[in-house]
Amino acid sequence: MTFDVNKIRNDFPILKQKINGKPLVYFDNAATSQKPQIVIDTLRKYYEEYNSNIHRGVHFLSAKATDRYEAARNRIKEFINADKSGEIIFTKGTTEAINLVASSYGEKFLKEGDEVIISEMEHHSNIVPWQLLRDKKKIVLKIIPVSDSGEIIFEEFEKLISKKTKFVSIVHISNSLGTINPVQEMIKVAHKHKIPVLVDGAQSVPHSQIDVRYLDCDFFAFSGHKVFGPTGIGVLYGKKEFLEKMPPYQGGGDMIKNVTFEKTTYNDLPYKFEAGTPNVAGVIGMGAAIDYINFVGMGNISAYEKELLKYATEKLTQIPELRIIGTAKRKASVISFLVGNIHPYDAGIILDQLGVAVRTGVHCTQPIIDRFKIPGTVRASFSFYNTKEEIDILEYGIKKVIKMLK
Amino acid sequence: MENFTIQEIEDEIVSEFEMFTDWSDKYEYIIELGKKLPLIDEKYKTEVNKVQGCQSQVWLHSDLENGRLIFSADSDAIITKGLIGLLIRVLSNQKPADVANAKLDFIEKIGMKEHLSSTRANGLVSMINHMRRIAQKEANKN
Repeated sequence: MTFDVNKIRNDFPILKQKINGKPLVYFDNAATSQKPQIVIDTLRKYYEEYNSNIHRGVHFLSAKATDRYEAARNRIKEFINADKSGEIIFTKGTTEAINLVASSYGEKFLKEGDEVIISEMEHHSNIVPWQLLRDKKKIVLKIIPVSDSGEIIFEEFEKLISKKTKFVSIVHISNSLGTINPVQEMIKVAHKHKIPVLVDGAQSVPHSQIDVRYLDCDFFAFSGHKVFGPTGIGVLYGKKEFLEKMPPYQGGGDMIKNVTFEKTTYNDLPYKFEAGTPNVAGVIGMGAAIDYINFVGMGNISAYEKELLKYATEKLTQIPELRIIGTAKRKASVISFLVGNIHPYDAGIILDQLGVAVRTGVHCTQPIIDRFKIPGTVRASFSFYNTKEEIDILEYGIKKVIKMLK
Repeated sequence: MENFTIQEIEDEIVSEFEMFTDWSDKYEYIIELGKKLPLIDEKYKTEVNKVQGCQSQVWLHSDLENGRLIFSADSDAIITKGLIGLLIRVLSNQKPADVANAKLDFIEKIGMKEHLSSTRANGLVSMINHMRRIAQKEANKN
């Protein structure tokens, strides 16, 4: 299709509302994305027409729900170009996906003294699970430093690799800086040393075409709600060779083949990692979101967002008091900034009065905010339903912030 | 000096805010309050006095003088600081039992309730709870 942002906006009912009497300008897409009508309709249809538990019922509704659930898995498999649908495991979100790997892979393959490499720009969800594992198994966490422009220092990453390195877990796109990390190159380096790599794709899947086989990552995690789908659903992609060897993360229904009090045998992939009744509505809703992305075209989305980022960067850098935090060469449509000495919270409150939704604070990435020795940032993150006119409103808002708070 | 009750001061603030017809006048007033008020002695800006807030930091100190609680507080965010100024105007120099029982519905009446919507965001809710706890503790002593 040809890309027409006004047509796109019509697909997102939430964007039509006013906040504080002004049209909503939603620039908090890195926190969560808005939902197109088709996703909302799909969820309603599921509950109205075929809500049922999956995988075990013999009746019509259960079969239908199971079909739709597995069809969504298949579409997600194709969406990220995984090899087998058994490599697509549904989780609550990116956070649970990373926790699953840290816990299950860590349990099986990591021992005292082994090293796991992460970066200074990780989200807390790619720090804390490894710290939990560190406390449990006495592994060592190694941190790749980040440059002043907000880029991973590649040579430092290479230097950190040693015989003790047993895992690398790295964010694809930084949610607080917008930096696109050279994950493919990092994976190549790690694989030379036979070290598996997890990519946190929470921020990359909404903005770019992901091909897990091309990246050759061993694990890839992302969230449904950031790709225009429902909350509470996410995906862990893992290579079969690892997933098969990893122990279950949780025990319960659906993840077993045979249970006696003496011995339980586990189900095949992916069910081994999906204990209990899953988020059926979430999965089917996420499937609808993927269909919608495919309909708009990820190429169109990426190109348009690049345009928005360029426009916003040019506009905002003209404000003398404004300082952008994160000026990497390769960036997604995220601008983190500070205005003079104005506290991000104050700026966010004034922007909210103007109907502009931004995120303020440390964005669940406290270490990288501390690294820049700042109290936090104001973050505007754009999606393909945003417009240049909205960026003009943001610019006006920032000028108002300066006028009121300087 | 005559002591106004908590309710009297709350009413006074509400009528002051009724003058503002525009959100930006209201916020400019709060920002002015935040800029003007030297709220806390630097020596009290300690880790112990820090009230946990995710986005803006708040420090709170209290003294008991002649049976009345004297609060001082500060924040690194100006709007938070301005709101603290209002809270201190209401709650400082009051009897502990009155502080503990204060409803503080003026915040909603002046249209600032959103600032209390999240306990983690700006530390204000934690600060109010902390003030109430201090007050309750003092009130229980009597």
